[in-house]
Amino acid sequence: MTGASAPGRNPTDWKSDIMRKRIARRYAAERRFKAAGLFAVLLSAAFLAFLLITMMGNGLRGFTRTEIALKVDFPASPLLLDPGTITDEALNQANLPMVTGTVAKKALGGDADALLSPTAWVSIRDAIKADPAILSRTETISVPASTAIDLANKSEGSPEAEAQVARLKQQGVLSTGFNWSFLSASDGTDPTQVGIWGAFKGSLLTMLVTLALSFPIGVATALYLEEYARKNWLTDIIEVSINNLAAVPSIIFGLLGLSIFLNFLSLPRSAALVGGMTLALMTMPVIVIAGRNAIKSVPPSIRDAALGIGASPVQVVFHHVLPLALPGILTGTIIGMARALGETAPLLMIGMRAFIATPPGGVTDPATVLPVQIFLWSDEVSKGFVEKTSAAIIVLLAFLLAMNGLAIYLRNKFETRW
Amino acid sequence: MTPMTEAQNSLAIANPKMSARDVKVFYGEKQAIKGVSIDVDMDHVTAFIGPSGCGKSTFLRTLNRMNDTVASARVEGEITLDGENIYASSMDVVQLRARVGMVFQKPNPFPKSIYENIAYGPRIHGLAAAKADLDVVVEKSLRRAGLWEEVKDRLHDSGTALSGGQQQRLCIGRAIAVEPEVILMDEPCSALDPIATAKIEELIHELRGRYAIVIVTHNMQQAARVSQRTAFFHLGELVEYGVTSDIFTNPRQERTKDYITGRYG
Repeated sequence: MTGASAPGRNPTDWKSDIMRKRIARRYAAERRFKAAGLFAVLLSAAFLAFLLITMMGNGLRGFTRTEIALKVDFPASPLLLDPGTITDEALNQANLPMVTGTVAKKALGGDADALLSPTAWVSIRDAIKADPAILSRTETISVPASTAIDLANKSEGSPEAEAQVARLKQQGVLSTGFNWSFLSASDGTDPTQVGIWGAFKGSLLTMLVTLALSFPIGVATALYLEEYARKNWLTDIIEVSINNLAAVPSIIFGLLGLSIFLNFLSLPRSAALVGGMTLALMTMPVIVIAGRNAIKSVPPSIRDAALGIGASPVQVVFHHVLPLALPGILTGTIIGMARALGETAPLLMIGMRAFIATPPGGVTDPATVLPVQIFLWSDEVSKGFVEKTSAAIIVLLAFLLAMNGLAIYLRNKFETRW
Repeated sequence: MTPMTEAQNSLAIANPKMSARDVKVFYGEKQAIKGVSIDVDMDHVTAFIGPSGCGKSTFLRTLNRMNDTVASARVEGEITLDGENIYASSMDVVQLRARVGMVFQKPNPFPKSIYENIAYGPRIHGLAAAKADLDVVVEKSLRRAGLWEEVKDRLHDSGTALSGGQQQRLCIGRAIAVEPEVILMDEPCSALDPIATAKIEELIHELRGRYAIVIVTHNMQQAARVSQRTAFFHLGELVEYGVTSDIFTNPRQERTKDYITGRYG
């Protein structure tokens, strides 16, 4: 190398002013880039914090309910029940809603109907079921308050309700408790009686169907395309099609499900089965793409090693390639499932937006799912549904967090350390 | 190019373990091997030498049909193992690879325990079913691979945690565990330091006679040290095949001489 002393070229002066300025500009560019990155991170963190705080602020109230301590003098009430034979049938025939209304009027005054939730009688029924002996004495039972009272107690009600709450507080019968029925009940007409369980179970069943269909089909497709298929124009077309499928808007899958599963195959409408099948169509390309990438990243030397001692192609795949690709496949699967869990549009197309007040018993029963339930509640007129909507969002987010946590756990568990 | 005659470039071997007759390998349109005929016997280590890209590794991989995994590869000619054509439709390629084992350029142990690395082959071929039998096979294979003393206390540690030289001996042990008849080694020392290389070469000496060993190397000193037969490949042709000492001291072909003396390579 003689470049430095070549004629006509002076040795570089690393200390000149131009050099110094160049270096200063380089450092400034680096600082600017770092600041921009930090700004982006802080901005997204701020949005996330804003989302979580609003959601928690609104939603946590949805998990509580206002209760009124109702003094029930059973012997004096118009209730006709034999304490010896308390059966569900007898309780159903006893016209508890009417009895509750009468008792409430006596205890709380003429406007009692406006104070209590339409489901207040359920608390009384449960109390009788738990201990029939109370039928022979006066008992204080906590019953849910009406939506108006509930809202007023949580300080955003109408003037009349505010006045009623003030009166009830003076009587010392108002209390706030955890709303267990929100976790155990299903959809309803009154915000005090609705719950998330039906939609949660619907989501669970739908996800099971989606997983059972999309995981085996997706992994088998990925394995075939990577390990067996010859590379030619046909597999190129398949590859492009799968990549395109992953980008198709979800509502189009809903239309596909509507025309094929419902109209052509006549499968039950609004059912988790059809919802799961539709979402599986959407999830499968994601699993295929993630699976192919995971399989591709298995070093070829491992395949050579196994083939070299006489493993058959199937043994190579199942003993070596698949176990090494599994963490990547699982991560892709759970990302796909999480997307399917939050999907609303295609499920609206196949009728999962119906009002369903009982939780589904199986995959063919009418069901709804969490995001659709959120959508339905957000559309309700009654103000009491606002906090229920937020509470349902919290449940959905918790579900998603649990799934992502599972993804991280599985990835770490199966990760091979080289 | 001078026409080659049998007398000039070949070696008569009475009882060959494997023999190739006029083998041609194509990758798509490109011809990588241009009609190679060679015999390999049981009692000697055979070295394939030649400059990069001369086809020696390609030819080695035809001997246990590892080229089958390359979609565009096509093999013509005949290769026999104990007189049986290995490209015949009656030949099961899985069994062939158990009989003709292979050690690769880069050590490639499975990301499993040392024990599992050795036990995998015997298990899939049903050579040892019971745990006790497997234990015996694992110990015997690791002893033959000269690795037993170093790893006997940590058989259940990962095979990938070993040093490069140990990993390569583990791979040799893995090939030995299925009791092959031929072991093909594709530049087994190119990723190793001199001390690990010396150990592998020593191991090749010990394994000689028990298995027919074919080793591809770009290191002529190594070929001279470990082999008794040497084949010189150039541009897809077998230029000269003979007793190693003859090839290195008294090559008959001009091209061999040029390569040995470092004129190209």
